[in-house]
Amino acid sequence: MDLAAENTRKPSVVIQPRKGLFQLDLTSVWQYREMLYFLVWRDVIVRYKQTALGAAWVIVQPLITMLIFTLIFGNFAKIPSDGIPYPVFAFSALLPWSYFSQALAKSSSSVVNSSNLVTKIYFPRLLIPLAASVSPVVDLFFSFLVLLVLMAWFNIAPTWGLLALPLFLGLAIMTALAVGLWTSALNVRYRDVGNIILFLSQVWMYASPVAYPVSMVPVKWRLLYSLNPMVGVIEGFRWALLGKESPDYMLMAVSSSVVLALLAGGIVYFKRMEQTFADVI
Amino acid sequence: MSDITIRAENLSKRYNIATAKYRHDTLCEQLADSLKSVFLRKGRSHLAERTFWALKDVSFEVRQGEIVGIIGQNGAGKSTLLKVISQITVPTNGRAEIFGRVGSLLEVGTGFHPELTGRENIYLNGAIIGMKKEEIRRRFSAIVGFAEVGEFLDVPVKRYSSGMYVRLGFAVAAHLEPEILLVDEVLSVGDAAFQKKCLDKIGDAAREGRTVLLISHNMTAVNSLCKRVLWVNGGRIVEDGPAAQIVTRYLATSVKGMDLSEEVWDDVNEAPGNDMVRLHRVRLRRQDGCLSDPLTMQTPFQVEVEYWNLVANAHLHTTLHLYTAEGIIAFTTCNLNDRPLAAGLYRNVCFFPGDLLNSGPHRFVVLVVKDASSVIYSHESRVSFDIFDVRERQGVWYGKEPGVVQPVLEWKTEYLGGEGS
Repeated sequence: MDLAAENTRKPSVVIQPRKGLFQLDLTSVWQYREMLYFLVWRDVIVRYKQTALGAAWVIVQPLITMLIFTLIFGNFAKIPSDGIPYPVFAFSALLPWSYFSQALAKSSSSVVNSSNLVTKIYFPRLLIPLAASVSPVVDLFFSFLVLLVLMAWFNIAPTWGLLALPLFLGLAIMTALAVGLWTSALNVRYRDVGNIILFLSQVWMYASPVAYPVSMVPVKWRLLYSLNPMVGVIEGFRWALLGKESPDYMLMAVSSSVVLALLAGGIVYFKRMEQTFADVI
Repeated sequence: MSDITIRAENLSKRYNIATAKYRHDTLCEQLADSLKSVFLRKGRSHLAERTFWALKDVSFEVRQGEIVGIIGQNGAGKSTLLKVISQITVPTNGRAEIFGRVGSLLEVGTGFHPELTGRENIYLNGAIIGMKKEEIRRRFSAIVGFAEVGEFLDVPVKRYSSGMYVRLGFAVAAHLEPEILLVDEVLSVGDAAFQKKCLDKIGDAAREGRTVLLISHNMTAVNSLCKRVLWVNGGRIVEDGPAAQIVTRYLATSVKGMDLSEEVWDDVNEAPGNDMVRLHRVRLRRQDGCLSDPLTMQTPFQVEVEYWNLVANAHLHTTLHLYTAEGIIAFTTCNLNDRPLAAGLYRNVCFFPGDLLNSGPHRFVVLVVKDASSVIYSHESRVSFDIFDVRERQGVWYGKEPGVVQPVLEWKTEYLGGEGS
């Protein structure tokens, strides 16, 4: 009888070499959601604890960038801003861009920085870049408040499009995570990925409509341009925040598809590499 | 018969040890190397990495409520085994089935953030080792009490002493209460009182029907806590059986490799000494003649000193200074010899009873003394020996007792009348 009972008992965990490329086991991420919460909570607390200026610091950085952009691109270069005051135009794009560059930097180094966890405890490794991509949203929130003040100053009323903002915030997080999954896994093996990210993120900003509007990009290059996933995110943010004429749907669709493809590929790649994290890190 | 909680079948783990020459630490080097192999058509054969099996075909079963000790030399594969079972690293081959919730404690305070306070770290660390928020809240005061951090609870842990840090880390882990607990050498940290607390907690876990896998180099603890021991060597389980038996065998082999038990000089002209005396041999032997078994605190042994006396009618004594690992002279002893010795080869034997020395490594200095007053030759012997403490003790203290010696003395208790109070 004992034997029969034992045969029917199912093991709670089976440990064996993973075979399939698509054995992703994403449900475990859901099971460990409380740990995700605590990792994000840790990042946020630590970030605001260590800085003297606290939240002010988060606001100052994009504000100064916005002022420089206004001076150089708005006043000197006279770059058009689709009829919106240039400071607001630039700041509405700096919102998702600052978030993205910060989330990308954090998630790229996240797995390596968590080596003490990775080598000592089991949990779904996906939580690490996920937490790193989510925690800068708090900073984004503070800059958002600044934008509201800025909009009031320039007498720009928010539109119903604002309701779509969470959607584009989701897209921004997915973009940061999609790229972060690739870079964080690569970083475990090749430590120079960190340097590449710094450089990449500078180039990337100029390839995105932060300082200039999409309308400046020649039509024949638009399709190629929209392969940049941040194009969709930034255009979405601008539309939701400032309610200028609806964005180019084609461009949004292409950009979002690239995000989804990157994300799916990133998850598969990350899951494949995560088996060796504890051994290589 | 209770249920199986861990079943491992042919678990193997291979590591690639890339030699420095072929290792790609940066993406640039990797790309350069890949290009080279494409264009030079050299293939990747010259990049072949050396491999080594940290675990090879490890199979065992553990039943519910067992406390299994895992022993072996450093690098034998003990930690790799626990890492595979706790899902930190994936096996190369084989399979393991786990029945129940696993808590692994491979390190104390995993994921502590120095900037966060004790309170915050309890929650963070609790979540990291797999506790639900609700569980942590429920056990919070118990954790704080166990850790004895008191008023430091709201101070960042970077200000903690290392002792407090470790106590807080273990306190959280101790309240995890998983069905299967995997522990790696946490007993080696913290002070005596803390170690005792940790071991008590592990003992409790087993009494409550949990399964424990415990890596330790503390043979006293292994012997007292575990009924069963897995001895791992070279990535394989070499022995699996009752703790006392396996521990003794393990110590026997580890002693052979480490200690020198004899020094011999055959040529009287080359031997250490001077024109009055030259050493021939310094040897340590168990009195029962058993060569392979380790010296325990109970084992009687003897030290033999053989020397050539080169001066006729000399009054010579042999003295031994016995040193502990800390460099303290535990005691000195000498042979009391009144007769003058003719020139020739002599052997002095000193008998050490059991139940005299404390555990730990020992060495000694041999002195040859003339006329009971002047040291004519002093030899720092390379013969060294480790004395093991394998007494089985119940839930008291598994560490080393203080003191340079640990003699068993006679005690008596007398009733002197009266009712007390």
